Amino acid sequence: MMLIQLQDVMKIYEIGAVQVTALDGVSLGIKKNEYVAIMGPSGSGKSTLMNILGCLDTTTKGSYVLNGSNVSEMDDNQLAEIRNREIGFVFQTFNLLPRANAIHNVELPLIYNGTPASQRKRLAKEALEKVGLGDRMNHKPNELSGGQRQRVAIARALVNNPSIILADEPTGNLDSKTGEEIMEIFEKLHDSGNTIILVTHEEYIAEHSDRIVRLRDGLVERDEALD
Amino acid sequence: MRIFIYMWEGIKIAFEALRSYKLRSILTTLGIIIGVTTVITIVALIQGLNKAFSDQISSIGTDTLYIQKFPWIMKGDEWFRYRNRKNVTIQEAEAVRESATLAKAVAPTLGTMRTIKYKENTINRVYILGTTADYLVTSNSYPEIGRFLSENDVQHNRAVCVIGSDVAEKLFPRTDPIGKRVNIAGRNFRVIGVLEKKGSMFGWNMDTFAVIPIGAFQSAFGSFRRSVEIEVKVKSPAVIEDAEIELTGIMRRERNIPPGKENDFAINQQSLLMETYKSLTSTLWAVAIGVGAISLLVGGIGIMNILLVSVTERTREIGIRKAIGARNTDILVQFLIESLMICALGVVMGVLLAIGIAKTVSATTPIPASITLWVVFLGLGFVVCIGLFFGIYPASKAARLNPIDALRYE
Repeated sequence: MMLIQLQDVMKIYEIGAVQVTALDGVSLGIKKNEYVAIMGPSGSGKSTLMNILGCLDTTTKGSYVLNGSNVSEMDDNQLAEIRNREIGFVFQTFNLLPRANAIHNVELPLIYNGTPASQRKRLAKEALEKVGLGDRMNHKPNELSGGQRQRVAIARALVNNPSIILADEPTGNLDSKTGEEIMEIFEKLHDSGNTIILVTHEEYIAEHSDRIVRLRDGLVERDEALD
Repeated sequence: MRIFIYMWEGIKIAFEALRSYKLRSILTTLGIIIGVTTVITIVALIQGLNKAFSDQISSIGTDTLYIQKFPWIMKGDEWFRYRNRKNVTIQEAEAVRESATLAKAVAPTLGTMRTIKYKENTINRVYILGTTADYLVTSNSYPEIGRFLSENDVQHNRAVCVIGSDVAEKLFPRTDPIGKRVNIAGRNFRVIGVLEKKGSMFGWNMDTFAVIPIGAFQSAFGSFRRSVEIEVKVKSPAVIEDAEIELTGIMRRERNIPPGKENDFAINQQSLLMETYKSLTSTLWAVAIGVGAISLLVGGIGIMNILLVSVTERTREIGIRKAIGARNTDILVQFLIESLMICALGVVMGVLLAIGIAKTVSATTPIPASITLWVVFLGLGFVVCIGLFFGIYPASKAARLNPIDALRYE
């Protein structure tokens, strides 16, 4: 059974009187514990696809079934809930709360699903330890290096034990050495059973995955498995 | 459970925001502080004044009428119209005393400010009051030592006096005043009694005075051009209205005023003061409410403005929270809590400031300002109303932000 099933997904933006077709009928299936890279030049629709996969946006046409629920028919509140439960985001710009320390940043998804405080602390600590930041829990983002910030973000993505981890250019703001370290973490997460979707335009980053989906002009151009 | 968890989170976020922008938060709350301080201070002052006023006015007694040339409260040109009225005379007081069936005691009084001396001790500006034995009853003043004027003293115009406690203390710091001769305006009067301490009324010391027989007063200070004030104590407060009608009848008869012509004298009583006082404070109330409402409105707009800035500044944060699973209502609640907390800060500071002002006022002036518990509840009401009213627009603006745009916001 597919964890993610996109069927003829279209996304059309209306900018003033002009209609822009960002996705022009994308069909895609992703199984549990797959490690998929989505690639494409700018304007290919990969950001739009990522927003839809991340339940930040809804489809104009076509259906999106995530872990058995039909996301394309959900309202704002249901989408918020499913983002909280099923998806862990890792962004290029880390997107941590600047005034909150590492552990509080990691706790955030648990706050919005109503996990009691004591359990929250424990889960957040575990997640931070998993990414090797057990000794930096009370540091604020501006007291951490770029790599460390991205690890906090990964811990935050993990903490709720989501169905998929959705990483949008996770190494884009890091030097190549730190980037490699982050990619190693993703590999480990994949090995321990997580489903990872990576959006990137760097070939060498995409090569960490098992499968590359290439987009062009809102369509899947090529979908190839790597060895 | 969930709602408590994110409300607590909202409180922490708001606290953090207030702490990070201390100056901004305080400036924002300034309008609220001024509004709350104004309203509570004026309420406290009015309450204090009310209490002081009714305490003092009750010493006048609700069962005493005063027949005088002028009414206590005059408006516009009334004084000008009344100034040619005939003086009230001792003979009229006699007539009232004989005919008034509802009166318990009737005392004519005349007064003047004079210097009083005993040996080397001198007191300037002592109120010298000429009256009769009935004054004991009409004024509720009782001798602490010695006795009051008797009918005999008054009939024979004896050169005797009863002094107030203040005069006694100053003229006779170490000796018994009874039987001593004091000098009032060049004449000697024998002290026969000292009256109980009365305290002060509207800042007027009521113990700096001396009472002498009214005949002695007239021969010492002259009787022409002085209008007598007739104090009438009625049998009970319940008959005061009837007594007023009766006194009016007696006075009109004495003065031969034909029917249809208006009175050329005034009958005063405590309730007149009370009514005037109430109409004065109601103006004060209106001013307080007006000033308070305007500053609260301005303060509220200030809060709304700063919240809108805050929403814009934290667009990205809102995006992050939404991406992670915050619902629209979670964001709404977060910003409403922030609004309420800014308000609460303002109200708490306003209440504290008002308490400080009230304490200072009652410590440095004779006005007792009192802040009661309901004022605090009033403050709480302000917090909720202003916080919600002016917070709802920025909060819903934040709640409606699209997560994708918000995340992209630089």
